[in-house]
Amino acid sequence: MQLEINNLHVAIGEKEIVKGLTLTIRQGEVHALMGPNGTGKSTLSKAIAGHPDYTVTSGQVLLDGKSILEMEPDERSRAGLFLAFQYPSEIPGVSIANFLRAAVQAHMGEGEELEATAYYKRLYHKMDLLKIDRKFTARSVNEGFSGGEKKRCEILQMAMLEPKFALMDETDSGLDIDALKVVSEGVNQLRGPGLGILLITHYQRLLNYIVPDYVHVMWDGRIVKSGDKSLAHELEAKGYDWVKTELATA
Amino acid sequence: MSQIALPDTLPPATEATDNPVAGIDQSSGNFSYDVKYALDAGTGLSDHTIDYISSVKKEAPWIKEFRMNALQQFRAKPLPTSWATKDLENINFDKIRYYLASGQKPKRTWEEVPDDIKRTFERLGVPEQERKFLAGVEAQFDSEAAYSNIKEAVSKQGVIFVNSTEALREHPEIFRKWFGKVIPTGDNKFSALNSAVFSGGSFIYVPPGVKVSHPLQAYFRINAENFGQFERTLIIVDEGAEVTYMEGCTAPKFSTSTLHSAVVELVAMKGAKIQYITVQNWAPNVFNLVTKRGLAHEEAEIKWIDCNIGSRLTMKYPGVVLKGRKARGEVISIALANDGQHQDTGAKMIHAADETTSNIVAKSISVGQGRSTYRGVVHIPKRLKGCKNNTECDALLINTNSRTDTYPAITVRGAANRVQHEASVSKVSEEQIFYMRQRGLTEGQAMSLSVNGFINDLARQFPMEYSVELKRLIDLEMEGSVG
Repeated sequence: MQLEINNLHVAIGEKEIVKGLTLTIRQGEVHALMGPNGTGKSTLSKAIAGHPDYTVTSGQVLLDGKSILEMEPDERSRAGLFLAFQYPSEIPGVSIANFLRAAVQAHMGEGEELEATAYYKRLYHKMDLLKIDRKFTARSVNEGFSGGEKKRCEILQMAMLEPKFALMDETDSGLDIDALKVVSEGVNQLRGPGLGILLITHYQRLLNYIVPDYVHVMWDGRIVKSGDKSLAHELEAKGYDWVKTELATA
Repeated sequence: MSQIALPDTLPPATEATDNPVAGIDQSSGNFSYDVKYALDAGTGLSDHTIDYISSVKKEAPWIKEFRMNALQQFRAKPLPTSWATKDLENINFDKIRYYLASGQKPKRTWEEVPDDIKRTFERLGVPEQERKFLAGVEAQFDSEAAYSNIKEAVSKQGVIFVNSTEALREHPEIFRKWFGKVIPTGDNKFSALNSAVFSGGSFIYVPPGVKVSHPLQAYFRINAENFGQFERTLIIVDEGAEVTYMEGCTAPKFSTSTLHSAVVELVAMKGAKIQYITVQNWAPNVFNLVTKRGLAHEEAEIKWIDCNIGSRLTMKYPGVVLKGRKARGEVISIALANDGQHQDTGAKMIHAADETTSNIVAKSISVGQGRSTYRGVVHIPKRLKGCKNNTECDALLINTNSRTDTYPAITVRGAANRVQHEASVSKVSEEQIFYMRQRGLTEGQAMSLSVNGFINDLARQFPMEYSVELKRLIDLEMEGSVG
């Protein structure tokens, strides 16, 4: 199965941000999408997830060959698409356990009822795997969380929903080095043949912990360079200006 | 709520010409309605209406006098539109049916009940036989079995639990002393109206030291009177005794009348505890104008837990008069105003003794064009020492058209008392909804999760079955609001 993005154009209001991006991610692969601020990385992930503020003006997004652009955001989620948010929202008064329960229930078929004991067993298993304290589940979703806690909460949700494809938007932002290690370990735990990941990041730092199969550089709304993990090191050494100069001379 | 669309006026249950009051010679003072009174008092409010109600109920002369006096006050008092909404002017007092006797047969069949209402009952898990009553298909719901069990259990402890008619007829020595004392007839126009035409409601007396272990519920004694428009409730809990009373149910009530105006009086004697829980979900054409107040003697505790959903306009400010030293009063209020609805709710705390404490926590939710208003009064006179009040009101707005207002009036005189007031307004943001939808929840599910989270700390104070029902009800409301 694959997530296929074909010549995608995305606008916020009148302003075009993504200008013809093409990328195919197969299950089991990890793709890193790098690029400086303002090149449209986050816009791409939000548009694929169906955020109402982002308009797809042309192009296609196909999941397993079927277009998802006409689907509601929740339908896309249930189809197996997960977005790990750069800035996850707070939901006061709703515990992580209850929120996840509602989400897991929503992913089940019509008429299927989530069984409480089995749910908690699975939840605790995943938490142990991700080294998350059990007390965590009683807290309101993201309310008063540190940057690291927010990102771990995203990873836990991802672990519970078992998506086919995950878009991880700046998962490393706002993390100190210890938190970065913990979160990366979590992502590595979830890596496997059933999950395709698009890892959106600014810095090469994260890629020391989550080693990608492919690296793409985004510039002004499109992918301008693709390669393997060595491309990330090259970028780190030469900076984004190198891409800019290359583009100008090409 | 949008899924319950009732016409503003339903066909009258009886023709006006059936009115047994018409043509009766009032001067004879001799009323006999043995068979015919199984009808109603017709529409409109006059001295005759009072005569009729009083004679049907075979009331003592003092009660009839009480009613007549109340009618005078009702006529004399203006609508409170100087501070409240002008929407009150739309109540047509001449078109209202003030009394329905128990033989009243509604003219609606189950087939005529709209499908969405039937679905609502199903979703809420309302038992089959109660659905027909709630939908206005049956005037009577035979719950005597359940009710008499409870009644028998508590009567062994000496508890009196009867309706207003029976209470004033059989136990005047207990109830007359406090009847109309906590809320005087002329407290406001609608307490006067209720005092003139009241019927149904619960009168409860709990003897000294008796702790009633199970909550007493009006729900167990659903009948035409109890679900009437002008219920009258008086609960007297004697020294050191305790009781919890629950009124209403989360199932929507399909009243054929557009005005509901109840009066609820609570009396907690020294060291007594009363907890009064209300969950109401009115049809969107109803004016729900209720006066509720408790009198707390020394070291007594009165707690109102009040949840208002539905109705066109609800005005309700449960209060506690803290009369004795160390008395405690609390109001926990949840209001949800959907499109076209106005919830004007709040609390009144009148401190009248030293070391009295009060706590108000009010949360309101406004959806779409819905409007929520909080009105609070906290009064602590200068002569008192060691009084404390805490007031917290939080409003949640969903969609940009919603509106919320807060009118707290806190009069505290003297430095020997402490008052704390906090208010907040928050919005369910598009980002928050998108976040939840990205996890697979529909827009309606996402909104109801937000709302349930907002009231979570208060909902936990409801008895288990009520909080479960409340959650389901909010789910339904939010689904409906998304369309």
